[in-house]
Amino acid sequence: MRRVRRAAVFLTVLLSLTACAGTEQAAGPSTEKSLILATTTSTQDSGLLDELLPAFTEDAGWQVKPLAVGSGQAIELGRRGEADVLLVHSPKAEEDFVAEGTTGPRRLVMHNDFVLVGPPEDPAGIRGVPAEEAMRKIATSGAGFVSRGDESGTHAREKQLWEQNEIVPSGQWYRSTGQGMGATLRVASETSAYTLTDRATYLSQKANLGLEVVNEGDKALLNVYHVIEMTKRAGDRVQPDGAKAFADWMTGERAQTMIREFGAEEFGQPLFLPDAGKDESTLGD
Amino acid sequence: MDVLGDGLIEALRLLLTGDEDTWAITALTLRVSLSATVIAFLLGAPVGTLLALGRVRGRRVLLAVANTGMGLPPVVVGLFVTVLLWRSGPLGSLDLLYTPTAMVIAQAAIAAPIVVALTATALQQVDPDFLLQMRGLGATRFRALGALLVEAKLPLLAAGMAGFGAVVSEVGAAQMVGGNIAGETRVLTTAAVLATSRGQFALAIAFGLILLVIAFAVNLGITIAQHRQRVTG
Repeated sequence: MRRVRRAAVFLTVLLSLTACAGTEQAAGPSTEKSLILATTTSTQDSGLLDELLPAFTEDAGWQVKPLAVGSGQAIELGRRGEADVLLVHSPKAEEDFVAEGTTGPRRLVMHNDFVLVGPPEDPAGIRGVPAEEAMRKIATSGAGFVSRGDESGTHAREKQLWEQNEIVPSGQWYRSTGQGMGATLRVASETSAYTLTDRATYLSQKANLGLEVVNEGDKALLNVYHVIEMTKRAGDRVQPDGAKAFADWMTGERAQTMIREFGAEEFGQPLFLPDAGKDESTLGD
Repeated sequence: MDVLGDGLIEALRLLLTGDEDTWAITALTLRVSLSATVIAFLLGAPVGTLLALGRVRGRRVLLAVANTGMGLPPVVVGLFVTVLLWRSGPLGSLDLLYTPTAMVIAQAAIAAPIVVALTATALQQVDPDFLLQMRGLGATRFRALGALLVEAKLPLLAAGMAGFGAVVSEVGAAQMVGGNIAGETRVLTTAAVLATSRGQFALAIAFGLILLVIAFAVNLGITIAQHRQRVTG
């Protein structure tokens, strides 16, 4: 029994050591107000959230728990009242969601664009053609295409582009990963296939990939982010005041400046363009 | 292949320069997984003992359940705990989702069946006549049980270590109930997944190596504690 007791003592010491380290770090957040932000993987994988959230906490006094999931799941979490505020990029799904009546205001925050990336030799020959035609060429040429397949905003846009062409993508050339943008880009890179990606994630991971931007600039490829506040109508425990504070801050001057400057130095171009207060229909002109 | 070498260098750099985030993530990983293991052991070992020795109705079925539970996918446990802890769920008012406590609950649920099954196996392996002999020598039932546990102490510790190994390395439940929130619920496995999806492969490998080191350190610590006892006692 003494042997067991030794092991137990060892464990107890280890636990209390790590517990001390843990409480130190947890003491801050638990004493403050905390809200849940459901957002997309692109805002986390690009590193934008790491930049914005501490500044928001400093200005507004709210801690943020960011859940980086696909836009589809983010909207579902909002619908169930599990999140207080959403930052998403799936405009068609968002409009349907807002029409359900459980959300508060939906405001334009920023945009960047989707780009079609693929092998540098461009086997389907899609450079310089409109996005819709590019998708058609990929499908008919049989060059590979890798889809997110995860109901994210990017996946929603991809499906929209197929639908406009009345193409039902299936067959050997079409693969669905069910994973985030980073993982999907790597599958495309490893299999010399095309994929649709947001520019921010592509730029931040370009160094690891054998992919080039082969089609860009079409207005159909705009990638627009909105912040959506949730209300008590979605669930009793939603915190509309936190949601409003976050949405106000994201569309305010400090956040908009930070968004404009984010990544500009490292990548030679901004990853996101701030759009608060603009008319969505004028974007990309 | 460069990535692996870079990962090793990155791991050493993070550990040696005392990178604050890395240490916080490592401490949280240990705190969550050790707490979960201790809870799983306190709950699982008595159940395993009862299943091995007690005359419980449906004992074989229960053992099969525990054995199946050893293969319980963490992501399923994570989903189950998440739904329970949702604001709209039955335990929503506790405000536990996306906290380390929620992670401890989920990981304890993952480790418990392992402890139950391995405890039961360990005790069944002790000579079946052992208890009878002890009773025959005049020991009370309680003393006999104590002697049996002493006899089986190494496999019992192994059961605990197996539970710890399962939870410290799992990512599904930690991701789902913890949310991988920086500075709050980010552990080594979820940090490695995030680094991978950010394309920071060397960093991801580094987190993986640190995970191996701490799992090794914990197991080594327990083993040495046993061994020293064997020499001196």
